[in-house]
Amino acid sequence: MAFDDAYDALTDHEDDARWAYGTGFSDPLAGVSSELPDGVDRDDLAAYCLMLGDDALILSHRLQQWVTRAPELEDELAIANIALDLLGQARLLLTRAGEAEGRDRDEDDLAMRRAAPEFRNVVLAERGDDDFAHLVARLCVFSVWRLELLQHLCTSRDPMLAAIAAKGVKEVTYHRDYAAQWVVRLGDGTQLSRQRMVAAVAALEPLLGELFQPHPVVTRLAESGVAVDPGSLREAFDQVWGYVLTTATLGPASSSRSPAHRGRDGVHTPGLLEILDEMQGLARALPGGSW
Amino acid sequence: MTATAADVVAAVVDPELPMLTLAELGIVREVRQDDDGVLVTITPTYSGCPAMETIRGDIRVALRRAGFGRAEVRTVLAPAWTTDWISETGKRKLAEAGIAPPGAAPVRAAGPIPLTLGVRTAVACPRCGQPSTEVLAAFGATACRELRRCPACREPFEHVREI
Repeated sequence: MAFDDAYDALTDHEDDARWAYGTGFSDPLAGVSSELPDGVDRDDLAAYCLMLGDDALILSHRLQQWVTRAPELEDELAIANIALDLLGQARLLLTRAGEAEGRDRDEDDLAMRRAAPEFRNVVLAERGDDDFAHLVARLCVFSVWRLELLQHLCTSRDPMLAAIAAKGVKEVTYHRDYAAQWVVRLGDGTQLSRQRMVAAVAALEPLLGELFQPHPVVTRLAESGVAVDPGSLREAFDQVWGYVLTTATLGPASSSRSPAHRGRDGVHTPGLLEILDEMQGLARALPGGSW
Repeated sequence: MTATAADVVAAVVDPELPMLTLAELGIVREVRQDDDGVLVTITPTYSGCPAMETIRGDIRVALRRAGFGRAEVRTVLAPAWTTDWISETGKRKLAEAGIAPPGAAPVRAAGPIPLTLGVRTAVACPRCGQPSTEVLAAFGATACRELRRCPACREPFEHVREI
């Protein structure tokens, strides 16, 4: 029987209920094999998918906060689109995490019903932006790092991670180009734009150490060919980020690395609480809410 | 002659680029028909493509309207979609609609992906044919498009970015 209302065709739900939050749609991995590679610990794989998924989810929300606040409409479109790409990556990774842990949690459960200490994103992703220079500098650092990570992840022994990474590489390449061009334009721009970019870069420095910090879960998975050793990304990161800073007449990049944050272990800054408050508020006030 | 399930699926129109069918966009990977019904496999253009649910719904509706029974739409992520899968007819239709079609997708050699700081491939104006145009914004109305402007006819236009 055909649907009279196109909206009905969108959902497999039998009733008229519309979710008040979350996707409201079933599985973004619909029909994709949920098998796990041999010899891989389910909990380790789930934890790793959460790390990469939370990085994308939390930065996506930070970017979304700029919609209606960006200096120009064109940049607002760019930021919204980048946020959407990251949200898409997060949905796939959280769904994969839910499958791997086998506790019947889907992407919405993981995004909307976890408390801050259960989030595994790096602190770099949760920091609030003071201005547009902070936004593009952080996005640039994040994209340089994530692109390198995803590129290596394309050969993961987990076919799902490899597939998510291969799609992500194409997307993050554009994110990195966009952000790097802005870092150069502001850094090598007016006195004020330069001053702001210098401040933004300095504020990011203490957050970089965590990106390359070993973690026992990742180390185990890297040894079995599933994950990427964060330390192996350092050299390529320094090269690209250093090139951006030099082109922006702000270089060379500082070689100092402050003690690492521990977002991967659930130790977060107030920035994450602020995001979760906004992102999860409705889901917490109205569990299972619909209209 | 009766349309096969593959014909029906191929003719479904993309919700965001309605001048293209799903077949012309290159996102239909397989249509299998047996006694149990129809199994359609599609691939997303971008990870966050918000049209995927609409597309899945549209395929199910089209198959039901054409008299096919049970229809299931599955997603496959690998190999990742590339703009090279947009057919020649699809590219022509994009140009006719004023959207510059993508050129060949970049070939990724092993090793680091080069950073682009301003140097871009030339994109011709879909209106006047001027071979070289400028980027207004790297991202457009959807994730797959950017905004450009033609220095000759002064018209802004969209371009489907190569991925």
